[in-house]
Amino acid sequence: MLFKCRIIILAAFISVSTLASAGIFRSKIEENKTQDSTSFVSQFAEDNNRCFKCHGQARYEYTNETLGKQVKALMCSERIVNKEDFYKSNHKTFSCTDCHSEEYTKFPHSGDLRMEQKLICIDCHGGDEKFAQYHFEEIESEYKKSTHFKMEEDGFSCWKCHNPHSYKISVRNSTNLKETIAYDNAICLNCHSNYSRFQLLSDKAEINIIQKHDWLPNQTSHFANVRCIECHSQINNNIPVSHLIKPKAEAVRHCNECHSQNSILMASLYKFESKEQRRDGFFNGIILNASYVIGANRNEYLNLLSLVIFFGVVVVIIVHIVFRIRKKL
Amino acid sequence: MYLYPKWLRAWHVLNAVLFLILIITGLSMQYTDKENASYIVGFSKAIKWHNFAAIVLIINYVIFVIGNFLTANGKYYMIGRKNFISDLMKQLKFYSFGMFKGEKHPFPVTEERKFNPLQKLTYVLAMYVALPLLIISGIGLLFPEITIKTIFGVSGLILTDILHITMGFSLSIFMIIHIYTCTLGSKPTSLFRGIITGYHISDDH
Repeated sequence: MLFKCRIIILAAFISVSTLASAGIFRSKIEENKTQDSTSFVSQFAEDNNRCFKCHGQARYEYTNETLGKQVKALMCSERIVNKEDFYKSNHKTFSCTDCHSEEYTKFPHSGDLRMEQKLICIDCHGGDEKFAQYHFEEIESEYKKSTHFKMEEDGFSCWKCHNPHSYKISVRNSTNLKETIAYDNAICLNCHSNYSRFQLLSDKAEINIIQKHDWLPNQTSHFANVRCIECHSQINNNIPVSHLIKPKAEAVRHCNECHSQNSILMASLYKFESKEQRRDGFFNGIILNASYVIGANRNEYLNLLSLVIFFGVVVVIIVHIVFRIRKKL
Repeated sequence: MYLYPKWLRAWHVLNAVLFLILIITGLSMQYTDKENASYIVGFSKAIKWHNFAAIVLIINYVIFVIGNFLTANGKYYMIGRKNFISDLMKQLKFYSFGMFKGEKHPFPVTEERKFNPLQKLTYVLAMYVALPLLIISGIGLLFPEITIKTIFGVSGLILTDILHITMGFSLSIFMIIHIYTCTLGSKPTSLFRGIITGYHISDDH
């Protein structure tokens, strides 16, 4: 009988554990489906196609009129613009010649065109009421204080992070935060995990990002759930995304900067969602819905309930002790 | 009366130490604050100690389950249906009123009955319900990549966390009551002595 009961208890224990494991650990991989489609039709499609014909892929063809024959050649990788990415980007409504010289419509292109002054963000976005809400002037002034600006003489510019031919706003319009985080981090890694590109701007030795972040617990989870700029930039509430990249010595290293009730993530990664979403009785309710940050997710009702239960138990024990003392038990 | 074999005493003391570490580090993580240093242990240290203590606790718990399965100690956790509620009420009445009126213990400790009905229920709930749930949810938080991402649009991790802190809190309350009721022996210290020496002195709670 005793043996039978033990078997029942052990079986119940294993069943509870297994069922709970199946429920909690069932790994569900969220597919990050691309939401953009290529359905957009540019009014300059025909004009742009003249450029994409050669610059849209690695191989191009042209007629050498001097020799009177067709020539096939490889396009320099820096001069390739992916047509599909361009028509998904923020600048998809543009004609190539809005930013590049009209002279480029002639082929072969004049050698002097290579020396043309390239536009930067503020050239179009600055002083324009349409973009006033994004405070491009303040973005520029923050950038000028950042560690990236120090490399401007070596060729650093807005375009190193925001490729004008493919960049798209992500965090502000995000419906899939994970996708946004991966997109934004890829911008940093484009140079910081690609030494060839990194060397164009810095003489420093190659940095192994993984090793440099060895101190970070649950590294994979952090890399997938927050952007590099969360720790490596100075928050400015006036602009949508912080542009003041700090020197590495000033990067956030204290866990409780994020893992606390007044987490800095509420002013950075979650700032757009936090304005819109209900709190649901949770401090930092948005983190509840989007993700989970130890120390930042706290439920005010559970906090209150736990205090009531704790002090209730303490009072009952004290009353019991008093009676025991009076009865000398 | 020899009631607590060596393996059980070793398990118990290790479990107690680990629980204290887990409560202190758990509270430190849950109530960490970046401006006011209101936490007890720094967040990064708290994480390391919490994870380490939790892994040792899991191993210790497996030893407890196997030990109860292989030895006679397991029989003390069997709950019979017969008179279960009425026996429970008898024990509650004894703690609330009877003991102050000088009544005799309704379920004195014998070799066949180490726990009174109230103890038995709380120990079974603590060891076979709350602790497994605490361990499972804890593993879910230790390896967030294997936890369900969303449940009805809410982060699976936060639900796992709520389960974890609720079970952790319940077991912490259990521990406070457990320590207090252990002062209800023939002398306030006799039951504590019993779990150290292994011998129970009768006429107590």
